[in-house]
Amino acid sequence: MQFKTIIRITSILLMLFSTTMLPSALVSLLFKDGSHMAFVTSFISLLTLGFIIWIPVRNHMGELRTRDGFVITVVFWIVLGLAGSVPLYIAPAMDLSFTDAFFESFSGLTTTGATVITGLDQLPKSILFYRQQLQWLGGMGIIVLAVAILPMLGIGGMQLYRAETPGPVKDSKLTPRITETAKALWYIYLTLTSICAFLYWAAGMDWFDAISHAFSTVAIGGYSTHDASIGYFDSAAIEFVAMVFMLLASANFGLHFIAFRNKSIKHYLQDPEYQFFLVIIAVIAILIISMLWFTQTYDGFQSLRLGMFQTISILTTTGFATVDFSIWPLYVPFLLFLSSFIGGCAGSTAGGIKVIRVALLLKQGAREIKRLIHPQGVFPIKIGSKPVPDSVIQSVWGFFSVYIMMYGLIFLALLATGMDFLTTWSAVGASLNNLGPGLGDVAQHYGNINDAAKWILAFAMLLGRLEIFTLLVLLTPMFWRH
Amino acid sequence: MKIIILGAGQVGSSLAESLASEYNDITVVDTKTKKLRDLSDRLDIQTVEGMGSHPDVLVRAGADDADMLVAVTSSDEVNMIACQLAYTLFRTPQKIARIRSRSYLDVGDQVFDHEAIPINVLISPEQVVCDFIRRLIETPGSLQVLDFAKGLVQLVGVKAVPGGPLVGQEIRYLRQHMPSVDTRVAAIFRKDRSIIPIASTVIEADDEVFFIAARNDIRAVMSELRRHESSYKRLIIAGGGNIGFRLAQLLEKHYSVKLIDRGIERCQWLSENLSNSVVLQGNVANQELLVEENIEDTDVFIAVTNDDEANIMASMLAKRLGARKVMTLINNSAYVDLVQGGDIDVAISPSQATIGSLLTHVRKGDIVSVHKLRRGVAEAIEAIAHGDSSNSKVVGRCVEDIDLPEGCNIGAIVRGDEVLIAHDDLIIESDDHVVMFLVDRRLIPDVERLFQVGFTFF
Repeated sequence: MQFKTIIRITSILLMLFSTTMLPSALVSLLFKDGSHMAFVTSFISLLTLGFIIWIPVRNHMGELRTRDGFVITVVFWIVLGLAGSVPLYIAPAMDLSFTDAFFESFSGLTTTGATVITGLDQLPKSILFYRQQLQWLGGMGIIVLAVAILPMLGIGGMQLYRAETPGPVKDSKLTPRITETAKALWYIYLTLTSICAFLYWAAGMDWFDAISHAFSTVAIGGYSTHDASIGYFDSAAIEFVAMVFMLLASANFGLHFIAFRNKSIKHYLQDPEYQFFLVIIAVIAILIISMLWFTQTYDGFQSLRLGMFQTISILTTTGFATVDFSIWPLYVPFLLFLSSFIGGCAGSTAGGIKVIRVALLLKQGAREIKRLIHPQGVFPIKIGSKPVPDSVIQSVWGFFSVYIMMYGLIFLALLATGMDFLTTWSAVGASLNNLGPGLGDVAQHYGNINDAAKWILAFAMLLGRLEIFTLLVLLTPMFWRH
Repeated sequence: MKIIILGAGQVGSSLAESLASEYNDITVVDTKTKKLRDLSDRLDIQTVEGMGSHPDVLVRAGADDADMLVAVTSSDEVNMIACQLAYTLFRTPQKIARIRSRSYLDVGDQVFDHEAIPINVLISPEQVVCDFIRRLIETPGSLQVLDFAKGLVQLVGVKAVPGGPLVGQEIRYLRQHMPSVDTRVAAIFRKDRSIIPIASTVIEADDEVFFIAARNDIRAVMSELRRHESSYKRLIIAGGGNIGFRLAQLLEKHYSVKLIDRGIERCQWLSENLSNSVVLQGNVANQELLVEENIEDTDVFIAVTNDDEANIMASMLAKRLGARKVMTLINNSAYVDLVQGGDIDVAISPSQATIGSLLTHVRKGDIVSVHKLRRGVAEAIEAIAHGDSSNSKVVGRCVEDIDLPEGCNIGAIVRGDEVLIAHDDLIIESDDHVVMFLVDRRLIPDVERLFQVGFTFF
């Protein structure tokens, strides 16, 4: 294990990350909200800290192995989560405990979007901007993690995307080197964000809200600059822009890359995973909308508008809200909640189990049924027209069972801290799936739950974000044995 | 005509056999002495031992003045190189090669021309056999279906069974019974002897009747000769080799196809490359497997493994267990007459099917296609009439006046996109496609001569 090299890389990252305090400081000066000192202090202290760590290990350039990849990935998120919490903790306008600051920072970086802060509308603009930016940076990290690093580590069937990717995504490493891939992905990410911000502005937001919401939309985060979330604007046009970009951000970024390179959008519809994703969205939206309509919760148009938005927002694990859906007929919030387990496509900023895995699980189930009918039959599992190796199916099964097991364990741990059933049930799902809002006590915000629960949920967010195994593998003794 | 045949395998030797009897100079080249000796003992041909792609071997075979090279060795590469050398060294005008591999065929348009690999005609036996079986399945109840004029006209062989409205009647009754459908009975085989049909011929049960009609009318005519057959839906293909795979690929969109193969890895491959077919791993003659897969509800069981005996046994078993129709691929021509008509409904001889497509290019005059019927006893020919009434023996004459040899008759004429069933007063025009039927192979040179244009044409 190349500990010194890992420390060197982490310290460089810390120094880089410290510069992300500067835009918020500028915003603070622009709006004269008086919080600029928090950001400047954070910038200087993080930069100094990074530098101090960097000095003794600056010459270690060891070759990194797959095993180091696990450590680096996990260390990055934890270090950044801690570093990100600094300005929130020290900002005088906030008065957050360390636990709350860490929870907020972590929820942002993992693009979960669960918040402990209330009264967003009265907060300094710079703090609001900082939260949005955290999500955006987190999303950026996730893209590279999901497209370039996880396939390399081969987690939960993601080796599918390594070389022989099914469907139109021929080579998911996109360009030969990871750095090149990362650069290409960031351009796409930046472009998507810019277009999204422009459209929000065109649809009626002021420029600050437009940029802030573009940050959290493209990152599938769910933070908003208002307590009422997207519902604050009460504008069908804004909701429409949000829906389109949530759907776009849930697609594999490899698809965006191909679309940008070939200047054509037909790949989106040819990709079996994205096809299946759109079908799931359509089916659940129809169920939700008709339920809202038949129970006369809303009239026809409102059912369509609210139902559609909430379906997309929850299923993609964004967590924006136009209305408090937890008070809808019980069937609806439960269905929405369960659907967030599916999440978006692999290689996107969305959370959840991921569409491709769900598709593979369903196909595996169908194969078992076919085997009962034709005991001698040979039935390969295919995505598109490409067969999927059985080892991938096994990985996916393993992933699924561990996912559910972790859900159960965290659920029990949370119950032990004294929370009620509904809150716990939804909060664990919302954190593990990187969704954000839950039901019961956490329908609006997570401010009222106890500190132990917050730490546990932050762990769940990281677990979900790192596709479970990346984190779990570090907790096994075998990993550390030489 | 001087013809060199490379390869004395199934196709090569049956081709040599059918061509040698038609006054051609045949030279067969192969690396196996024994095969060549067997052939030369039986047929009046020259044989050369050696690698077909070696120039010196080609010279010994007389490539200098050969009119045609037919490369049907088992190796695609040898076939291609032989054609290339024949073109470069000897300027052989007609080069025919068998190419099996899909990856060559996929780029065939760009590769097989005068620039790169000069091959005039490509033949792919698997493809020919698949098309043959596909036509049989699309026309339930038939023994053989042949396409003419790109499928506008079909010649269908069918066994007359008691209960068909026309069975026991004279042929002329067909016209009265179905005035709207134009058809012509081309030949009747009764107890392996051919009968030239005339209006007063009576069709008996168990006759094999060959009739010609426009594609859309085929079903109507068939229902006159046997009880109506419903369309096939459920197929079981036994054997997942090249033929089995292509057949499944061809049919899986319109039929429910089950494909059985013995090899586990082959099954894996098959299931990955087919989309709707159900691939089953097991022995094709395993009774439990067949029963489990509802053999009694299967419309057609098609045995296409590369083992004749396995095909026959599996087919007989399938028939016994209740399959509605069984079709069997049989390479050994001695078996064909033995089994067809018993438990096995249709016996398919791959070499005969392939030879039809080769013969087309051997025939003189403007012969478009040639098909063997009844395993080679008779032949159906499509020819184009050229010239005018002064220099052609067919153009400008009505069907009745054409000086056809005894045992040959004209079945139909295709003019543009129009199908005309040949009646005695029909006058043949230039560029008509004439579909003829010959009960005896020895008549072929006469027919070829008939369709050659006289000297005044030039």
